[in-house]
Amino acid sequence: MPVDVGYAGRQYPPTAAYEVGRQKLQEFADAVGASHEAHTDPSVARTLGYPDVIAPPTFAVVVAQRAEAQLFEDPAAGIDFSRVVHADERFTHHRPIHAGDRLVTVLHVDSITVRAGLAMITTRAEIGSEDGEPVCTVVSTLAVRPEES
Amino acid sequence: MTNELAVGDEVARREITVDRARLVRYAGASGDFNPIHWNDRVATAVGLPGVIAHGMWTMGAASSVVADWIGDPGAVLDYQVRFTRPVPVPDPGAATIEVTAVVGALDPEAGTARIDLTVAVDGVRVLGKAQALVRLS
Repeated sequence: MPVDVGYAGRQYPPTAAYEVGRQKLQEFADAVGASHEAHTDPSVARTLGYPDVIAPPTFAVVVAQRAEAQLFEDPAAGIDFSRVVHADERFTHHRPIHAGDRLVTVLHVDSITVRAGLAMITTRAEIGSEDGEPVCTVVSTLAVRPEES
Repeated sequence: MTNELAVGDEVARREITVDRARLVRYAGASGDFNPIHWNDRVATAVGLPGVIAHGMWTMGAASSVVADWIGDPGAVLDYQVRFTRPVPVPDPGAATIEVTAVVGALDPEAGTARIDLTVAVDGVRVLGKAQALVRLS
């Protein structure tokens, strides 16, 4: 089934809150080799002016992909994940994510284009606090290769 | 700090190794369990040379080079990459990514610098347009 270009322009309702924990940030920082102590030591983070340990710059992908699942796990969208290749990714931080944050995400499908069977899907996850403060914008483009390629 | 920097300055350089255990760890930490990052059978079935690193692992590992240089991971205001080539991760063994960070642009008024990253494996770039906008203190 081809990708349904009719999903372009769609906006999903806000997700349930994602609670950012200190241990999760440490686990993610360890995995990417982010050794700065602001990820693990609250006193170092406070010295830098943050309320608690902060996330590495790409941690927001963990939050964003939960929202993106609304699109990718929708069978009607026709996106076969075994043929998906990540094309690009961008994080715009309005402020650093820190432990204790409760983050709500609104997913936008910014564009879907199909050329020679190759579908390019650009999503934008607007991540904010529960009271509406913008925290991070995550723009991601996936390429879905056609079948028989 | 703006005054001490010039466009073209190399500010950081690091080699980072990645093996299969690292990919499993990243899968767990990130929640990205796509089997092309841990299962050779699945990876080759979709036309890859074998298990490849998560593009997001590579992007994350490269960002720590910038964060350590600037001294504050929260000073990375914007960070973008294009994934241009996969990074095959052998077993046994490891792949090595070479990260070089160069000042691409300076905005003294805003107090920011654009850091352009070259991320390569065996001298071949695996990321394109890898740019981090950082706040200078």
